Amino acid sequence: MAAAHAETQHHTTTGIDNRKLLMWIFLASECLFFGSLISTYLIFRGDSIVGPLPADLLDIPLTSTSTFVLLMSSLTMVLAVFGAQHNRLGLMKGMLLATIVLGLVFLGFQVYEFRHFAHLGLNLGTNQFGASFYLLTGIHGTHVGVGVLYLASLLVASARRNGLGKEAALHVDIAGLYWHFVDIVWIVIFTLIYLIP
Amino acid sequence: MATAVGTVGHTHEESTVWKWLTTVDHKKIGVLYLVTGFAFFLIGGIEAVLIRTQLAVPNGTVLDAGLYNQLFTMHALTMIFLAIMPMGAAFFNYFIPLHIGARDVAFPRLNALSYWVLLSGGLILTSSFLFGEAPDGGWFAYAPLTDETFSPNKGLDFYTVGLVVAGLASLMSSLNFAVTIINMRAPGMTMMRLPVYMWMTFVVAFLLILSLPVITVALLQLYFDRNFGTHFFTPGTGGDPILWQHLFWVFGHPEVYVLILPSMGIVSEVLPVMSRKPLFGYTAIVMAGAAIGVLGFGVWSHHMYTTGLGTVPQYVFSASTMAIGVPTGVKVFNWLGTMYGGNIRMTTATYYSIGFIALFTIGGISGVMHASPPVDGQHQDSYFIVAHIHYVLFGGAIMGIFSGLFYWFPKMTGRLLDETWGKIGFWFLFVGMNLTFFPMHFLGLAGMPRRIYTYDADLGWDTWNFVATIGVYILVVGILLFMLNVFMTLRKPATAGDDPWGGATLEWATSSPPPEHNFDVVPVVRDRDPLWYNRDHNIPMPERPAHLHIHMPPPSYFPLVLGIGILLIGVGALSSLAITALGVVVAYYAVWGWALEPTE
Repeated sequence: MAAAHAETQHHTTTGIDNRKLLMWIFLASECLFFGSLISTYLIFRGDSIVGPLPADLLDIPLTSTSTFVLLMSSLTMVLAVFGAQHNRLGLMKGMLLATIVLGLVFLGFQVYEFRHFAHLGLNLGTNQFGASFYLLTGIHGTHVGVGVLYLASLLVASARRNGLGKEAALHVDIAGLYWHFVDIVWIVIFTLIYLIP
Repeated sequence: MATAVGTVGHTHEESTVWKWLTTVDHKKIGVLYLVTGFAFFLIGGIEAVLIRTQLAVPNGTVLDAGLYNQLFTMHALTMIFLAIMPMGAAFFNYFIPLHIGARDVAFPRLNALSYWVLLSGGLILTSSFLFGEAPDGGWFAYAPLTDETFSPNKGLDFYTVGLVVAGLASLMSSLNFAVTIINMRAPGMTMMRLPVYMWMTFVVAFLLILSLPVITVALLQLYFDRNFGTHFFTPGTGGDPILWQHLFWVFGHPEVYVLILPSMGIVSEVLPVMSRKPLFGYTAIVMAGAAIGVLGFGVWSHHMYTTGLGTVPQYVFSASTMAIGVPTGVKVFNWLGTMYGGNIRMTTATYYSIGFIALFTIGGISGVMHASPPVDGQHQDSYFIVAHIHYVLFGGAIMGIFSGLFYWFPKMTGRLLDETWGKIGFWFLFVGMNLTFFPMHFLGLAGMPRRIYTYDADLGWDTWNFVATIGVYILVVGILLFMLNVFMTLRKPATAGDDPWGGATLEWATSSPPPEHNFDVVPVVRDRDPLWYNRDHNIPMPERPAHLHIHMPPPSYFPLVLGIGILLIGVGALSSLAITALGVVVAYYAVWGWALEPTE
């Protein structure tokens, strides 16, 4: 979502591009957003009256794999930004595509996990674990989905005759900020839900 | 002004309508916000008049209990989210670029989108009346009252969806304003030379950016509770009603400062100009505003003393609540110090500013009283609290907004509002306001609970209730006089001139109303009061160049289309998935069009 820019001149008071600054401040807002969801999960930890409980369901090796996939997508994202900044457009497009694919694989793991848990009897209304787990990871998954759509839009736009225009590096850089943030949030979620019993 | 949103349905003047629908000019968007906010102010006012009419005499029969619940809920939601916030945002929109010496905000199209999304949220919330199912659980919507069992109709779904949409609008505009103030300042306009109004805007933007996500999560959870069988806030499978209160007030208390800080900023602009001397203690007032912003996140549980928080949390929140009174008091002394020894012009704007200080101080003091848990326990849910919030919100926020309206009307329209009628209107508002809300202190102490739709004659509440109802009708006359004043003034020629007040800030250095590009030459700022500095040092205004090569962003209809997409998503969340899906498609189309649209 490249936002509008007031003037053709790119001078700003701080020297940081307006759009990049907007993304940084937006991510500050997102911290409170995920903070509230994670707090809800922690408050309800151990409050489930009926099962299935986290210990019955969580498969750490499986989710470690999907976490690894998402972490690798951050690496490819960094390479995509590198490619965009050094005018190596082939690298940029390839790495954008790799990031999209890794994001989709992560989402695939999540869909599988949700279906598997539902099959074992955990639904939104089953207990406090179900409600807070599905809402938190579901919203995180939605963020990954939006990120995939965002990167895919950039990839499609970069196939145009004039590519992403003269500000390609900036566009990919800003998308990267978002993508890394969503990754970091997952590390927090993975640690709190899966690793700390 | 009235043509801004009202004539969308008519086609005889399509070009004008289209201009307003596609505008990305911050001044036009500011006017849209102002007209919309004032319209919702009138709607919320009608709701208030109905409430007071019902309560005028014991065992009133004007409204039944169900409708009464809908009206007091919608009165609060309308006034807070659809009247005071948009009117605040209207001045933000109009004056941020003018105050910092910029040609527009950082993201003109995002600015337009914020307005359309806010309007969507307002329409969703208010349309609930058409279905006879307006939210009726109070603006705070405490669980478990909001559960499907106790609120079976769609009212609270209108509440969750409407507030999420309106919140999205506030988030987008706050991001935009924060970036604009950080990044778009004119040469020489350092942070510590910003007008105090800009500082308050800046603090408000960050309050919203950091508190809106919390209420959004709470609203999502409530929506899930009501529609997808979760039990976040109801005891069903172990949910926690108090969690809702925490999430709500972590947002709700910063929101109180979101409502009052803009008016504090307006008063800080009006008083120095009308006293013809610089603001007393600029650094103190800026730091006090920032301190309020920080402390504002640490006081939310004083709304929840009676839930049984335990002793230690009560101490902590009691202390932090008393602490936040200190920077607020600092500001009051700053304003008094500004007027002291000044050559004060008693204009209507001055009247409203002084009215603000007096009434806000009363509301502030009755607020600090409730920092003490035992006192709070006595007053909780009584009319004393109603008196307190209205002294802060009407005596504070609304008085400040009216001060701003009289102060900036000549800049926005080129016409000075009539001072005589303005002052008569002020006295109606001032007297009406005090007559309505001061007796509520007595009613509360006499034990009258909030939110009851009627009461018996033998409880000793008759007299003051009747007085309060008379007060509200006097208030209505004051509002009507203001509207008449605006209407008559707009029919007169624009003769106010660029700088009728001898202002200190940059907006007075351009024409009234300002050209689309605001300044022919971007001003250079040498002092906190740039125009007074230039006047005192005989620095002439920069000459207007013979040819202006200023490029302004072209109008765009994508903000409107994206706004419609978001409206459809919201409507779909209340009706069917198909409409949501359609909304997503429309929104995605609009984002693509937006991204690829040439802006240079």
